[in-house]
Amino acid sequence: MPYQFTVSPDFTPDHLSGWYIFNTWLQKQTGDSFHLEMYDSFQAQREVIRQNKIDLIYANPFDAAMLVREKGFLPLVKAAGISDEAIIAVHNSSSISDVADLFPGIKVAVTEDPDVQMMGMIMMEAADLNAGNIQLNVYDSYVLVAKHLLQGNVDAGFFLAEAYNDLSNMVKKQLRTLICSQISVIHHSLMIGPRLAGRRDEIRGLLMAMNNDKKGNDILQSLRFQAWVDVDDDEMEFMIDLMDALAT
Amino acid sequence: MYHLSNYLLEDVFMIHDMKPEDIIGAYKETTLDLYGSICRVVLYTDIETPYPDGKLIVSTTDTNGIITHVNQSFIEMSGYTETELINAPHSILRHPDMPSVAFKDLWDTVNRGEKWQGFVKNLRKDGGYYWVKATVIPNIRNGQVMGYTSVRRKPSRTKVEECSKLYATMH
Repeated sequence: MPYQFTVSPDFTPDHLSGWYIFNTWLQKQTGDSFHLEMYDSFQAQREVIRQNKIDLIYANPFDAAMLVREKGFLPLVKAAGISDEAIIAVHNSSSISDVADLFPGIKVAVTEDPDVQMMGMIMMEAADLNAGNIQLNVYDSYVLVAKHLLQGNVDAGFFLAEAYNDLSNMVKKQLRTLICSQISVIHHSLMIGPRLAGRRDEIRGLLMAMNNDKKGNDILQSLRFQAWVDVDDDEMEFMIDLMDALAT
Repeated sequence: MYHLSNYLLEDVFMIHDMKPEDIIGAYKETTLDLYGSICRVVLYTDIETPYPDGKLIVSTTDTNGIITHVNQSFIEMSGYTETELINAPHSILRHPDMPSVAFKDLWDTVNRGEKWQGFVKNLRKDGGYYWVKATVIPNIRNGQVMGYTSVRRKPSRTKVEECSKLYATMH
């Protein structure tokens, strides 16, 4: 039975083919069979995690606590130099020029991405805004968040910074960044489940050497990564504590 | 932090009186009673440093409140160097306008293994101050509290004004 691999649903669609190529590389390197399954929503993915059906996951930081503490997952690596940051953006013609100008009752477009929602809400707190006094409109993708901003259906939108930067120049010209988080220590991680725990060092070694040859490098580039770097247990615990502290 | 003997605090984890040459602007002087018998002379001004947008200030301490890790935002906002902060008691940031009962509540809460959240006026090395919304959680490893993580974020001005008034009544 192949090992089950999945990727957090908040990856941008441009990366989809990259993950399939990565999965092929991983199978070749380890000599094992991995089945990559993508899920449309965090709920659907969490359900299969609950059923202990996942062995390898590129996990959103919000899910890391559950994976480590409830499911016995271990961290392997993270993408070098990449952290999860959130952007709050408005339409370029909006009269809002600062977070402090945001007001109760505004409509905010978001995706289901839990860490971006959390970071966005933290930045809104400075304007005395919270889930109780704003309207969150949840959309399936950041492209739809941008679309509803452009159409004037919402006053502001939360974006994963990477997804915002991936929007076309034509779209970005019509939007304006109000604020971008600079948290630096919250990141996605590649994590293994209990069935693969005994092979942690081997798999981690393969991943960390991936950028040393051309083929590995090409695959990393298709994921828009430069290299994998180690995430040890202490770093993961630190991030989980941080997420716990922020999740209020 | 209350478990640590005063002897240790004085001789191992140095907390110095503030120096006039470090202070920017006109200052007032007072003596803070930090640990019962340990006092610190603090010099403080009316100059506020605005909390930077989008950033988090993060630090960890051991179970005695001694700083073990700070991030770059902590260094920038406190005005101290990393070397000055590591191994210093977290109360190096204690501002005289903060009522001691707030910190008692903080330690009582985290010692119960619970999360504490509140608005805090912190003292900078240069005598100025900055307000934060702080969250402190115990770091539990294998069922044991190994230390504490504190994360600060930008507070709203409404909350800062409310707390300024409230804290002034709690001394």
